Amino acid sequence: MKQILIAIFLVLGMSPAAQAVLTIEITQGLDGALPIAIMPFDVSGEVEVPEDVAGIVAADLKRSGRFAPLGRDKLPEQTETDFVFWRGMGIDHLVVGKVLPGKAEQYTVQFQLFDVVKGQQVAGYSMAASARHLRKLAHRISDIVFEKLTGTPGAFDTKIAYVTVRSQEKAREYALAIADADGHNEQLVLKSKQPLMSPSWSPDGSRLAYVSFENGKPEIFIQDIRKGSRTKLTAYPGLNNAPVWSPDGKRMAMTLSRDGNAEIYVYHLDSNKLYRITQHYAIDTEPTWAPDASALVFTSDRGGRPQLYRVALDELGNRKGRPRRITYEGSYNSRASFSADGRYLTFVHVRGGGFNIAVMDLQRGDIEVVADTRLGESPSFAPNSAMVIYASETGGRGVLEAVSVDGRARQRLGLQAGDVREPAWSPYLDK
Amino acid sequence: MKQIQLFAIILLGAVLTSACQSTPEKGAGEGADGVGSGGQDGSQIEGRGAELGGGISTYSLEDPDSPLSKRVIYFDYDSASIKQEYRDIIEIHAQYLADHPDTQLVLEGHTDERGSREYNIALGERRANSVKKIMQLFGVTDAQLQTVSFGEERPVAPGHDETAWALNRRVELLYSEHR
Repeated sequence: MKQILIAIFLVLGMSPAAQAVLTIEITQGLDGALPIAIMPFDVSGEVEVPEDVAGIVAADLKRSGRFAPLGRDKLPEQTETDFVFWRGMGIDHLVVGKVLPGKAEQYTVQFQLFDVVKGQQVAGYSMAASARHLRKLAHRISDIVFEKLTGTPGAFDTKIAYVTVRSQEKAREYALAIADADGHNEQLVLKSKQPLMSPSWSPDGSRLAYVSFENGKPEIFIQDIRKGSRTKLTAYPGLNNAPVWSPDGKRMAMTLSRDGNAEIYVYHLDSNKLYRITQHYAIDTEPTWAPDASALVFTSDRGGRPQLYRVALDELGNRKGRPRRITYEGSYNSRASFSADGRYLTFVHVRGGGFNIAVMDLQRGDIEVVADTRLGESPSFAPNSAMVIYASETGGRGVLEAVSVDGRARQRLGLQAGDVREPAWSPYLDK
Repeated sequence: MKQIQLFAIILLGAVLTSACQSTPEKGAGEGADGVGSGGQDGSQIEGRGAELGGGISTYSLEDPDSPLSKRVIYFDYDSASIKQEYRDIIEIHAQYLADHPDTQLVLEGHTDERGSREYNIALGERRANSVKKIMQLFGVTDAQLQTVSFGEERPVAPGHDETAWALNRRVELLYSEHR
């Protein structure tokens, strides 16, 4: 309850862009998904509720690949809580709910989750939100259902940041935008005639770091999402690229070429001091933090081709020991990103010609291709470490796709016009 | 030592270029000779400019038939090595810049769309630096050369195949306004 209220304040300052432009298409389902029925929520009184809460929950659960919600056309007309009926339909779990309109476009939503096999209630909550935050409330319900039934926290009530490009005549228009994890509620962060790149969320979800070419060369900026205010962080000669916030939000790993060629540095945001991490004539770039900040993984072609290397850091952020190569399979491994639980690394992986999206299990050390894309790029984990979102290309257009960490469930978030690229999944936003 | 060897190779290339030039009237031969007599260090190269620069500077940046009108260097996949066929173009621009110390050039590095974007930004910078290094051997000063990389962000060919990729892996030579 409190969390939803906090979240409402968080998003108030953002100006809504044009209508939601991302559409979702499930491209690969999952056998063995849990059968669940989500009844349309009853509405008390003759009021039009602006969002179909149950429909949003069903779509969320379906996208995760872990659930197979019963289609609307197969649901009974009246809310049915007879467990025998549902067992007969082959359903394991049931969600029912009620929307109670209050004053000033406020809504209270009550819902219950039942295990119809055991014949008992698993969860029951009452939540409130204004009309424009009903979608968020619905994602919260999805999170609760997902966690109760899978044991993994849901990541439906999160956002993605991404870059869009539209070409008109000879000019290109770049935009940095954020949207809900289901593609709705797109909000513009920044527009530019020059390239925008590499959005990175601050760990509290309040700010984005990114690269902008607005001054004819790459520079790193930090922007407060709610206020819209922005500051230029670095504009050294050469590269100012690949910014990534440290897990505590106090440092920024980045790539600079001020000392000759692309090297990894850590910028301390409180003292404005730079610490150089790599020292090699090869390209070193695309740093990513281990969730405990004990190491960076980065891309380097010091072995001839781009591969991933790991370098340990001490508590002050200095390099501890020499970088060690961690990828040996595949002719090209780059742009790694850790899962928040530290168990997985996702990255671009060339095997057999295509630029695939792969996941390395850091406990076992094995690499699995989770998406066999031709031009896959920029993979990023959901904060619950269960899904990876990445950029791909279909029909000559840039699209975003999301895949479960085991590669079994896949969906596409398409833009109606232009290219969409460089997705970055937000952390949990109000915990 | 390595640099001297490289320099020697470039000299040889320049002489061969002039020998093969079918239209020598613009002074390309003189220019190459000029470099040949220029010797091993920067100060002598500058001196050479005073003696023979007139021959070279008859090339005009505005003349579409001039060798200076070629301003794109292409690269192999994931490579920043200058291919033999582009050395002449780089050298002619380098000679022009050495003779016109007030002229500035931006070397803009680009890549094809394959691979990760930030790696490609670094690769584009490396390509621009490859061109810059050769130009510096001809006495072009740091103050005259700027590099910037756009990686795969600004393709000239919109396709998603090798034909488009080959056109996008490039360094563009962009002259800024004369001071």
